Amino acid sequence: MTLALVLLAIIMATVIGWLLRQTLNSQPWDANDPVENAPGRGVIDADPAKVGLLSFLAVVTSLFALFLSAYMMRMKLGDWRPLAEPDLLWLNTGILVLASAAFQLTRGAAKREQLRTIKVGLIVGGMCTILFLAGQLVAWQRLNDAGFYMAGNPANAFFYLLTALHGLHLLGGLWVWGRTTKRVLTGADVESVRLSVELCTVYWHYLLLVWIGLFALLLST
Amino acid sequence: MAYVAIADRDHELEHHDPTTFITKYIWSQDHKVIAIQYGITAMFVGLVALGLSAMMRLQLGFPNSFSFITPTEYYQFITMHGMIMVIFLLTALFLGGFGNYLIPLMIGSRDMVFPYMNMMSFWVYLVSVIVLLTSFFVPGGATGAGWTLYPPQAILPGTPGTEWGILLMLVALALFIVAFTMGGLNYVTTILQARARGMTMMRLPLSLWGIFMATILGLLAFPALFVSAVMMTLDKVAGTSFFMPAIMSMGEVLDHEGGSPILFQHLFWFFGHPEVYIVALPAFGLVSDLLSTHARKNIFGYRMMVWAILAIGGLSFVVWAHHMYVSGMNPYFGFFFATTTLIIAVPTAIKVYNWVLTLWKGNIQLTVPMLFAIGFIFTFTHGGLTGIFLGNVVVDLPLSDTYFVVAHFHMVMGVSPILVVFGSIYHWYPKITGRMFNETLGKWHFWLTFLGTYAIYLPMHYLGFLGVPRRYFAMGDTEFMPESAFLLNQSITISALFVGLVQFLFLYNIIVSLKKGKEAGPNPWKATTLEWQTPDTPPKHGNWGHELPVVHRWAYDYGVPGYHDDFIPQNVPAVAGVPTHDQDTDT
Repeated sequence: MTLALVLLAIIMATVIGWLLRQTLNSQPWDANDPVENAPGRGVIDADPAKVGLLSFLAVVTSLFALFLSAYMMRMKLGDWRPLAEPDLLWLNTGILVLASAAFQLTRGAAKREQLRTIKVGLIVGGMCTILFLAGQLVAWQRLNDAGFYMAGNPANAFFYLLTALHGLHLLGGLWVWGRTTKRVLTGADVESVRLSVELCTVYWHYLLLVWIGLFALLLST
Repeated sequence: MAYVAIADRDHELEHHDPTTFITKYIWSQDHKVIAIQYGITAMFVGLVALGLSAMMRLQLGFPNSFSFITPTEYYQFITMHGMIMVIFLLTALFLGGFGNYLIPLMIGSRDMVFPYMNMMSFWVYLVSVIVLLTSFFVPGGATGAGWTLYPPQAILPGTPGTEWGILLMLVALALFIVAFTMGGLNYVTTILQARARGMTMMRLPLSLWGIFMATILGLLAFPALFVSAVMMTLDKVAGTSFFMPAIMSMGEVLDHEGGSPILFQHLFWFFGHPEVYIVALPAFGLVSDLLSTHARKNIFGYRMMVWAILAIGGLSFVVWAHHMYVSGMNPYFGFFFATTTLIIAVPTAIKVYNWVLTLWKGNIQLTVPMLFAIGFIFTFTHGGLTGIFLGNVVVDLPLSDTYFVVAHFHMVMGVSPILVVFGSIYHWYPKITGRMFNETLGKWHFWLTFLGTYAIYLPMHYLGFLGVPRRYFAMGDTEFMPESAFLLNQSITISALFVGLVQFLFLYNIIVSLKKGKEAGPNPWKATTLEWQTPDTPPKHGNWGHELPVVHRWAYDYGVPGYHDDFIPQNVPAVAGVPTHDQDTDT
């Protein structure tokens, strides 16, 4: 449980630290307290959707951290036989990096109001993601053909489970991506999709990070 | 374009008022309607769980007298009772119910920041409840694995409901977690981003601090339950061995090997302990506001109360293994977890002292909500003290799995939060419905419930000391149990049935008062917080009419000397000649 504890400790420390700062020097019982009456006190200067997404990423972090903690605890038991990850995963990783890069580009374009680049960037990003997911399915197929069945060994089971979980999160992202892309292609202006593009970018970067962490763990064990 | 805070946007009425019955009451995105939907569903499922406990008590008090209660059914009742009460009633009611109703009103906003997601949260919750209740009617019935669902027994033949019940339970939990996450993200974001002008975090009523911290705990802890539910489902369906060791079942060697039941316990309690505080922290918050309002006095040590909530929230993640002392662990771990468990008693005790000190020299109004709030201080202190017994490894070992434990957790996280639920429903009922409930019936409800629960749970401590094990269907001729223990069991059963029936007084009261109650007016308790200052009672869609309120002071300006009234609402600007606070009670 060490990994989960460390990550959760970081999240909780951030949350509690921020909240604690709201309480320092404050004398809330005094209606004239200059600290409490300072304009903009305690307001986070960001769109609610952004705050919501960041909170959601904290939840997802907790989810993956707990799965990985379970992985590491289960790994120590006697019957664990590591599986040979197919080399295809390297290619898939490359594709996911491309997807992330495309989103980064789109985000820049959204800031500069370049509608054409946004369209191209969104389509490339989405297609790369779909390609990544297809690649993951092929990797599953290959592992299955090589006799690494889900019930065969916990290492196999964890592999399928973790990749599936990561894939499902990408699918969720693709749903938002699909809505955004449709809006862009049917003539919405930049202003109305900028936030969605930005949120997608953050989400994709985050999932890339999770994948790299997962992949590193899978390779090293 | 710079971001404009919600409180500063001028296109105020951006919500279009719903017009049809369906968009107004069924597919509603209004936080107040969603809150009531959550509340009614939770109370309904809570009544089911209450009925289950009555059946269990019948068997325990009068073993073998009821042919319709078999051991199989008994275990199904235990399991469903526990799971429903902890998750589908208390968590849903505090956060989905009170959270939804109070957050936008208390911070002075028009609604949650993501109303559509809020609506989805309720509907997914409803589906999870339906899935859960369906499991009574599938082949093999509901799961009887105990609410902790420990493997390997949870998914092996011999335990009731291993065909379908356990799967439906796991699916219901997963759905609940999805629903909670959608709601929880809303609560957190709304409190952070939609507060009215002047409503700083330190001017939030403690109710919201409790709900806020509990939501954060829920968001981070429920994934642990999700992880264990997914892995157990795979063990059951796909034949994996995450938790299942090599095992013989009914004379057959199963395909599983090498899995770790302890791993499940770690994951489960990593969720399970914060869950205690997910239920307790909103109760702490709500009860603080009830005590302060009905004692006409500011809450003692507001900042300390906030810090205590933060400390409890942080500590609640590092005590989980105190549920596993008997599962076998390194003695140093036991030492560590016993220490953290006892440390968490410090902020908790601070809160109890502050509640008592809030009452000290207050102008105490013994209204129905106040009775429940004071009752909570008793039951919670009681349950807390037995927690100190169980937190110590050496004391826990002999008491583990006895009725002492049952008595402890029912006092601390059954009776106590439920008293706050009742108190809070009575307190906000006039705002929610616009009418007053029947005070006399409310007082009867309080006294019978409060004394009745003591008649149920005090003797259970004694049964625990005798060593009577929990979870047993019947004791049979057991030597260590004196005749008095059997008599006690009978008296507990009679009390439990009685207390169960008394709850219908409450239902009768809140249903009949909807029509017959006298008009309550906008602020019958003379309370300071924003929800009592709405232009309409009950508040209309959008809550605030044309203009959002502006906040000028904290939530506890009661009995300020020099002011013409004994309370100053949060949206009243500083008044010349009136001191802004009572110097004597500063903390």
